[in-house]
Amino acid sequence: MIEFSFAQIVEGLLLAARWTVLLSLVSFITGGVVGLLLLVMRVSQSRVLRSLVRLYIEVFQGTPLLLQLFIVYFGLPLLGIDVSPWMAATLGLTFFTSAYLAEIWRGCVEAVPKGQWEASASLAMNYFEQLRHVILPQAARIAIAPTVGFGVQAIKDTALVSIIGFAELTKAGTQISNATFRPFLVYGLVALIYFALCYPLTRYARALQRKWHAAR
Amino acid sequence: MPLVKTEGVEKQFGAHPVLKGIDLTVERGQVVSIIGRSGSGKSTLLRALNGLESIDAGSIEIDGAHVDARHADLRALRLKVGMVFQQYNLFPHLTAGENVMLAQTVVKKTSRKEARAIAQQMLERVGLAGKFDAYPDQLSGGQQQRVAIARALAMKPSVLLCDEITSALDPELVGEVLGVVESLAREDMTLIMVTHEMRFARAVSDNVVFMHEGRVWESGPPEEIFGRPSTLELRRFVQ
Amino acid sequence: MTYQLQFGDLAAYAGMFASGAAVTLALTAASTLLGIGLGIAGAAIHQSRRAAARTAVHAYVEAIRNTPFLVQLFFVFFGLPALGVHIGEYTAAVLAMTLNLGAYSIEILRAGIDAVPRGHREAAAALAMSRRETFVHVLLPQAFAKVFPALASQIVITMLGSAVVSQISVADLTYAASYVQSRNFRAFETYFLIAGVYLAMALLLRAALTVAGRRLFMRNMRGAR
Repeated sequence: MIEFSFAQIVEGLLLAARWTVLLSLVSFITGGVVGLLLLVMRVSQSRVLRSLVRLYIEVFQGTPLLLQLFIVYFGLPLLGIDVSPWMAATLGLTFFTSAYLAEIWRGCVEAVPKGQWEASASLAMNYFEQLRHVILPQAARIAIAPTVGFGVQAIKDTALVSIIGFAELTKAGTQISNATFRPFLVYGLVALIYFALCYPLTRYARALQRKWHAAR
Repeated sequence: MPLVKTEGVEKQFGAHPVLKGIDLTVERGQVVSIIGRSGSGKSTLLRALNGLESIDAGSIEIDGAHVDARHADLRALRLKVGMVFQQYNLFPHLTAGENVMLAQTVVKKTSRKEARAIAQQMLERVGLAGKFDAYPDQLSGGQQQRVAIARALAMKPSVLLCDEITSALDPELVGEVLGVVESLAREDMTLIMVTHEMRFARAVSDNVVFMHEGRVWESGPPEEIFGRPSTLELRRFVQ
Repeated sequence: MTYQLQFGDLAAYAGMFASGAAVTLALTAASTLLGIGLGIAGAAIHQSRRAAARTAVHAYVEAIRNTPFLVQLFFVFFGLPALGVHIGEYTAAVLAMTLNLGAYSIEILRAGIDAVPRGHREAAAALAMSRRETFVHVLLPQAFAKVFPALASQIVITMLGSAVVSQISVADLTYAASYVQSRNFRAFETYFLIAGVYLAMALLLRAALTVAGRRLFMRNMRGAR
C-alpha cells in the first residue's frame, strides 16, 4: 500500500481531469462536424442519403458505446491500422457523438414551423435556398440549448475510454484507488470532479432553454 | 387571353376528394374573391395556384406557367404568383426590410443595393416606410401582415393570392391591411382572395366565386352573388 | 499483414453469448422495475410542500445526471465495502443501474406531471381530493401515459449502458464477448457480432415497450380531454 496524502490524491486526479476536458472538447467538436454533415444528408431530398444516415444513427445509438470503443481499439489493429488509445478514444467518441447530435439537430429543423417552408417556397426559393436562408438559421437558434445540454453527455462519455487504457480522470481514479486502498474517498472525489465539470453546463443549458421558451 | 385559367382541377386528400373539377378564369387586373364554408376547398384551390398543393387532375395556366398532375415548373410559377398567408409567416430572424429583400437577392439574383431600394419602396407602398430595421416580433399583427404583402409584391408577381389574410388579426388591425389591398385593387393588380370579409369582398371585387363541397357553386359580380343568390346553399351562406 | 475476417469460430460460443444476453436482460428487467418505482417515489416526494424534501430529490437527481454511470458503478461496488457494506457484483450492478434509471425517471415523470393541465388539479381539489389522492389518481396516470415513450427510451439506454458492468466481472453479454475474444484472438469479429446482438435486443426491447405502452394506455388515449 502506497501512502498518498489527500492533497496528492486530489492533485493526481485534477491533472488527469485535464485530459477529460481535452478529450470532451475534441470529441464534441469532431462529433459536431460529422454530425452537421449527417444532418445535411438527413434533410436532403435524396432518399438514399436519408436512409443511409438513418441507418448510421440507428447503429450508433443502438449499440453500447463501450463496444464501439472496443471495436475501434481492438479491431482496427487487426486490419493493419495502428491505433493509440487517444486515437481510438477520439474516433470512437466522434462516431457516437455525431449520431446523437445529428438526431438532436434534426429535431430542431423539424421544430421550425411549417409556415416558414411555405412562405419561402412561395417566394420561388428552391430546397437548398430554403434551408440555407430560412430554415437552418432558425433551427440553429432552437439547437443551442439542447446542444449545450449534450455537452454534459460528452463529458460523461469520456469516462468509458478509461477501459481501453486512456489515462483520463476515471482511469486515474482506478489507479489511485488501487494504490491507496481508499476507494470510497477516491471515487467520491472522482465523482465530485465530474460534477464540477458537468453541473455548470447543465445549469447553463437549462437557462438557455428558459430563455428560448420565454422569447417565443 | 385570361391571366389565370384552371380547367377541371381535381384534388384528393387520401380518400377524401376536396376539389372536384374547378374551372376558373381570371383576367388581368381583375379582383376575384373566393367565399364559402370551411371545408369547401377554397384554401386548397388557392394553394394549388402557387403549387403548395399538387393537383390530381386538370390543368392550371398562369401567365404562361403551366401546372398539371404530372408536371409543374414550380419555380417559374412562383415567380409569377405571389402569396400572402393567414399567419403572415415572416422570417423571424430577419428584419422587415431583410424579409422583403431575401427572395430578390437569393432567387432573382438582384444586387443587394437594388434589392434594398425595392424593399424600401415596397415598405413605403404598404405604409411602413420607417420600419425597415424592425424585427417581426417588434411589430403588430397588422404591420407584420403588411410586411408580408410588401415581401410578396417585391417579386413583381402577375397575380397576388391572399389566403384569409385578415382572419388572424385583432379586429382593429384589419382595416389597415384591407386598406392596402384596396389600393392594390385600384392600381389594377390581379388579386385572388379567399376571405370571410363579406363587405370588403363586395366592395372591391370584380367577381365573386362561391365554392361549396369542392365545386364552384356560383360565380358572378358581387351584386348578383350577394344581392340575388340563385342557389339555396349560397342563400344560406350569405345570411 | 492481411487479416481474414472469420465469423465461423464464433458459433461454438453461442451458448456463452446466450447466457450473457440473458444476464443483460435480467439486469435490465430488475433495474427497470426498481428504477421506475424509485422514479415514481421520487416524483411523489417532489410534490411535497416541504422544501427540504424537494431539495433532497433534486440533489439525488443532479448527482446522478452529472456524473458518469461507470463512476457510479465503481463507487457502489468498490466504495461501499470500504464502509463495511459488502455486496456482490450482481447486486452492485442492479443497485447502480437502479439508482441511475431512477434519477432519470424522476426527471421524466416530473416533466410529465408539470404538463398535466392546471385545470385538472383544480378540478380534483374542488372534488375535495387530497394532494396525495390527486397525485395518485389524476396526475400520475396522465403523466405516465404521456411520457411513456421517453421512459421507454431511457430503459433502452439503460440496457445499452449496462455493458460496463462487465468491468466488475458481471457475466453479461459484453463480459462473454471479452472472454471469447481473449480466447480466439478475433476481437473485431467478436465485438462486431455482439454489437449486432445488442442492436437486435435494443430494437426488440423498444418494440416490446411500444406494444406494452399501447396496451396499457389505450383507454387513456381514447378518453382524452
